[in-house]
Amino acid sequence: MIDSASLLMVAPELVLTVGALVLLMVAAYAGDRMAKVVSWMSIATLVAAGLTLLGLPGHGGDAFEGLYRADAFAAYAKVLIYAAAAASIVVAPRFFAPTAANASGALRAEYPILILLACIGMGMMVSAGDMMTLYVGLELNSLAAYVLASFMRQDTRSAEAGLKYFVLGALASGILLYGISLLYGFSGSTSFDGIAVAMGDKLSNGLLFGMVFVLAGLAFKISAVPFHMWTPDVYEGAPTPVTTFFASAPKVAAMGLTVRVAIEALGPGGMAWQQIVIFVALASILFGGVAAIGQTNIKRLLAYSSINNVGFALIGLAAGTPAGVAATMSYMTIYVVMTIGSFFCIIQMRDRDGNPIETIASLAGLSQSRKGLAAALAIFMFSLAGIPPLFGFWAKFLVFDAAVGAGLLGLAAFGIAASVIGAFYYLKIIKTMYFDEPAAEYATGTPIIENTVIALCAAVIVFGYLLNPVLDSASAAAAAALF
Amino acid sequence: MNQLGFPILTLMMAIPMAGAIACLFVNDKSARSIALIATLIDLALGIVLWATFDKIQGAQWQFTEYAPIFGRFAWALGIDGIALMLIMLTVFLMPICIGASWVAINKRVGEYMAAFLLMEVLMIGVFSAQDIFLFYVMFEAGLIPMYLIIGIWGGAERIYASYKFFLYTLLGSVLMLIAMMWMVQEAGSTSIPVLMAYDFAPQAQTWLWLAFFASFAVKMPMWPVHTWLPDAHVQAPTAGSVILAGVLLKMGGYGFLRFSLPMFPEASAQFAPLIFGLSMVAVVYTSLVALVQSDMKKLIAYSSVAHMAIVTVGLFAFNQQGIEGAIMVMLGHGLVASALFLCVGVIYDRLHTREISRYGGLSINMPKYAVLFLFFTMAAVGLPGTSNFVGEFLALMGVYEASSWVAIVCTTGIILGAAYMLYLYRRVCYGEIVHDDVRAMPDLSGREMWLLAPIAAAVLWMGVYPESFIAPMRADVASLVARVDRAKPVGDAKLTAGKPAAAAEGHAAETHETPAEAH
Repeated sequence: MIDSASLLMVAPELVLTVGALVLLMVAAYAGDRMAKVVSWMSIATLVAAGLTLLGLPGHGGDAFEGLYRADAFAAYAKVLIYAAAAASIVVAPRFFAPTAANASGALRAEYPILILLACIGMGMMVSAGDMMTLYVGLELNSLAAYVLASFMRQDTRSAEAGLKYFVLGALASGILLYGISLLYGFSGSTSFDGIAVAMGDKLSNGLLFGMVFVLAGLAFKISAVPFHMWTPDVYEGAPTPVTTFFASAPKVAAMGLTVRVAIEALGPGGMAWQQIVIFVALASILFGGVAAIGQTNIKRLLAYSSINNVGFALIGLAAGTPAGVAATMSYMTIYVVMTIGSFFCIIQMRDRDGNPIETIASLAGLSQSRKGLAAALAIFMFSLAGIPPLFGFWAKFLVFDAAVGAGLLGLAAFGIAASVIGAFYYLKIIKTMYFDEPAAEYATGTPIIENTVIALCAAVIVFGYLLNPVLDSASAAAAAALF
Repeated sequence: MNQLGFPILTLMMAIPMAGAIACLFVNDKSARSIALIATLIDLALGIVLWATFDKIQGAQWQFTEYAPIFGRFAWALGIDGIALMLIMLTVFLMPICIGASWVAINKRVGEYMAAFLLMEVLMIGVFSAQDIFLFYVMFEAGLIPMYLIIGIWGGAERIYASYKFFLYTLLGSVLMLIAMMWMVQEAGSTSIPVLMAYDFAPQAQTWLWLAFFASFAVKMPMWPVHTWLPDAHVQAPTAGSVILAGVLLKMGGYGFLRFSLPMFPEASAQFAPLIFGLSMVAVVYTSLVALVQSDMKKLIAYSSVAHMAIVTVGLFAFNQQGIEGAIMVMLGHGLVASALFLCVGVIYDRLHTREISRYGGLSINMPKYAVLFLFFTMAAVGLPGTSNFVGEFLALMGVYEASSWVAIVCTTGIILGAAYMLYLYRRVCYGEIVHDDVRAMPDLSGREMWLLAPIAAAVLWMGVYPESFIAPMRADVASLVARVDRAKPVGDAKLTAGKPAAAAEGHAAETHETPAEAH
């Protein structure tokens, strides 16, 4: 039975679905000429979906008899997802614009629509209250993502990225489904609440195995070690706006999903999943830091950086307390701002013919040719390295504070010491930009929208501490919804 | 609010901050002027601060400001006498740094000046922070401008040096952050004065002390984690070395004073032998290393490590003389090491080499320079009448009370110091001029005189009338000594009060007239 309150609670997904379908029709009949209009309309749709969160979808509670949750946690994650998705749409037109080498290139109208469809899936992921909703949301997001990764069909790297992503993603979905089936078999329920009851009763071996498989599948989606292998290849091969998207919105969705499953469904399992999360977190921090050192391609480097960052975000989850969950959500917020800022800077890296460049060496001497861009990228890099007074420090502060609060002193000490490894490769980029002699200059241009976004992100990173009271109360409210 | 009616500490940070932003957008000439004006305004404000600081009956923490605008931590500022003296050192050295870079730096001047002004903001922030996390933010943020200063404007090996500086100090500091988080959750407050009065369990203190020690020992730097310092000093531009030796090294000592000693008295007593041991090695070993250096900056860098070891033994002597002496060494060394780096910078600007053997006989063609260099050499040796004598004497006297052996070994540092400094001076200034390019070097210019003369005056003042500098911090040191008294280790000196003969009538009256002289 479908009641009207439930329908009201899924308003964000309804708005996005209707918007995506209408725009798909526009794209089908009007073609790529309308790509820009479709892009702006997609952003408007995202804004509209975001605005519905002010009403019932932001605090409505359970919908469809527990299949879907419209709570503060979901609303918090959705705001981040929509904002990141909108940024990925904004950045696209100039990247896909015709260049000397690729005269036929143009933004295809399907690009923003695919992102909208992915957003519907991500919304379902963070709102899932049942393993079935979880899986459907995850696959909806993944299908759109596979297509996006291979969006530049003629480019072999892009096609390869899409294929790799698909094969490994399908494998992970299989692992996840297997875990879900085990949980269902041993608990008799697919709902998070039902599984939690069974877990609290007695942690049988079947449940334990199911939990391990579910967490392994989710670790793939957040690209945590040891399920991270796809990340560098996909990030490098996918078109940069798509990489921007992968590094931001789906990360938030998958992290939100992982947190919700760990706390709501597996919560009573207590220490059992905590150990797994601690291992995955430390392995990601270490591996993401060490493997990034030798990279020469900046997109690959940021892929390892994202693995590294996921490790830090998981430290908040490992604490398993409301403060820890709030810290993880705050971490993702700050991470998204830093990531979007960094990728917007990378998209400015084009040679005089307009072809994108991805080598770190080409950044040499950027501080002398493009002062503002170099300063912005330096701010993002120092921030990702977690150096105060930039906001990236605060993100790390919150997760480590939560770990200390939960008594995980060893984890906190080891994790923060390992963060110094990460600082090394971020410094390498700053060294290239500031200390080295200038290399060939990039194409100039005054992309007003991109520069505005970069300036905005940089301002948040520099003056972020003033937002602390707002961020604290929002993330605390989100975390409270899970406990 | 405070005795001035306006938030002077925030203003002292806002002015260089505004200057730093302005420097990024103007041409080279204006950037130099903006930086000089901003630092001079800060110096004037610092003098106002010192003049209005109530050292007799004022509260321990003065000029306090509090604005809870950052959620979990606050913009809380306030200073005691110790912080006041270190802030004075900072604002005194900053205009000199700008002056030292006036002609030596001619590429990317705006960014250079901005980095220095940002350093000034952060250094004042470190010394005036009253919130433990605000302190950490300021303490760590200093890495960014210093990394850029060494990396962009440094010498040939600047990239290696900048990495080493950054990663070494970062690795040292991160564990301190975890310790701070634990302390704040335990004590329920981020306020440094509250934490200074909180009694942590002795077992916890051990771990907390070690975490803080990792950070401050690197910053100080103590043997064996001092190796970043010679590299950073040698590669940094002259003004960078000045600020590094003059102020940044003092952050380690300040940290011991503000955190390790008052917050963990038992652990400090427990680890005092460790500190003494490392310091004794440092004094002897780095002095010997300094003796064989062929690079002038490296020699002074190693001598800094030796001087800082005297600071650490003084701090952990657990008595008034030791701690006051340690602070005086910090101040004196801040002036003298800065002046010595400037002296090196003066001749480096002329010949572009720091090799000692390339010079010789400078007293013949650069008499003014030779006189000032001799003066600062003597100050570094610790000649009575100069700043370092007061501090070293007090610190060694304090530690003699705690342990005779430590005092004896550390005193050899003074002798070895005389050896390497006089040997340096002989090779640079005495003898005959053998190189023609050295013969062509002109004597000090007016600008260089203006840089060195104020430091010389301050060094003399501190040596002749140290009371001006000790008086503001006497009460603060006394309260620190009272705080750590319960854990004070038993010294081997076993001092007993003497039996003075009955004083004559007139002499007694005279003593009463000058109570300030007595400790």
